[in-house]
Amino acid sequence: MSPHAQRRLFAIGALVIAAGAFAWLSQASMSQDLVYYWSPTELLSKGDAAKGATVRIMGLVEKGSVDWKPDEQTLVFRVTDGSKQVTIEGKGAPPQMFREGIGVVVEGEMGPDGIFRSHEVLVKHNNEYKPPVAGMPPADMSKTLATEGS
Amino acid sequence: MISLPHLASLPVTPGQLTGLLAILTIVLMNISRGRAWYHLPSWEHAFGLVGLSLLVDGQYLGLIDAPREAMMGETGRIMYVHVPSAWLTMVVFLFTCIFAVGFLLTGKRVFDLLVESTTEVGIILSILLQATGMLFAKPTWGVYWDWDPRLVSTTVMMLSFMGVLSLRAALDDAERRATWTSVGAILATTSMGVTYMSVRWWRSIHQMQSSPDTIAKPMVLILRINAFAFLFLSIWLIARRWRIADAQARMDEAPPLPPEVTV
Repeated sequence: MSPHAQRRLFAIGALVIAAGAFAWLSQASMSQDLVYYWSPTELLSKGDAAKGATVRIMGLVEKGSVDWKPDEQTLVFRVTDGSKQVTIEGKGAPPQMFREGIGVVVEGEMGPDGIFRSHEVLVKHNNEYKPPVAGMPPADMSKTLATEGS
Repeated sequence: MISLPHLASLPVTPGQLTGLLAILTIVLMNISRGRAWYHLPSWEHAFGLVGLSLLVDGQYLGLIDAPREAMMGETGRIMYVHVPSAWLTMVVFLFTCIFAVGFLLTGKRVFDLLVESTTEVGIILSILLQATGMLFAKPTWGVYWDWDPRLVSTTVMMLSFMGVLSLRAALDDAERRATWTSVGAILATTSMGVTYMSVRWWRSIHQMQSSPDTIAKPMVLILRINAFAFLFLSIWLIARRWRIADAQARMDEAPPLPPEVTV
């Protein structure tokens, strides 16, 4: 085989493998066996089986549910996916962007009492980038929970 | 705290000033070396010049003019570096793949050298992408790093293309080296596609791709200016790297010098 024909074969082979791997991954990803986080509904549907295991759940911080005690450094709030809620309890201040209505990913474990003990709270930003709207209080633009709670 | 005026109110923008100074430097260097004042040693410097000017103005706009982001405040300004580096990482690696296919189909050396150049520049861009991503993540998400699909796939992409360079460095025969570099580059491109799709295929803490519909108008314009700055600077870097690779290849091909005659 001439070097030219051999290289062309390599090109076709590499492209087929690359496209095949990509197609396979796009199919495999749909199964959702391995997920980065669960929704509150999925967590609660597992019942007792989920208790004690370290998992992540994602949802929105429910309006009016945030209870931050700066003196004790404890944070209690509920995450919701619209149908089910989970109460989260944890130590330490959350990230600066944490607020009611924002998406969060919480890593922790479901206690026997049905309260989720968080090890870590991450804030999920959506893909919208907007300047503050007129009339928005300046404190809202970069507020921290510490100033809000006290 | 000092407050700087908006770009539009300046008589000369910082980018225009940078461009003028750079042109002046080139003219003076040419005169001092006895060349025509308008002589540019190579065409890619024009891209570098425009890219640098755009970058200076783009970053000024991003840091000073752009409204602060409603949720993220001043932290949101890092997107004017993070997003362009993400776009250009993808574009440059896409060209790596195109050049690799080009080499395997035509066997022309220029494609092989461009595969090498674009891979290296793409890796630099992806390091910048990762670094700015981590600095962005800490104040917004709360952590520098997490085992998230987007972050992991980006790292895999970066390591794949680094692997292509190691493969290239390990092969001595020019013909085999070129062939296997191209094959490796095409395979590594899969990881680029996965990185792009990761926020759609899997649940991720990273948001989906933004579009002009999800970004406020003044921010879109500033992002575009920075994206073009990154594009022009990438072309400049790739061309510079290609010239080095070309000189190296010519040197390797040249017949050995005759042994020195000692008298």
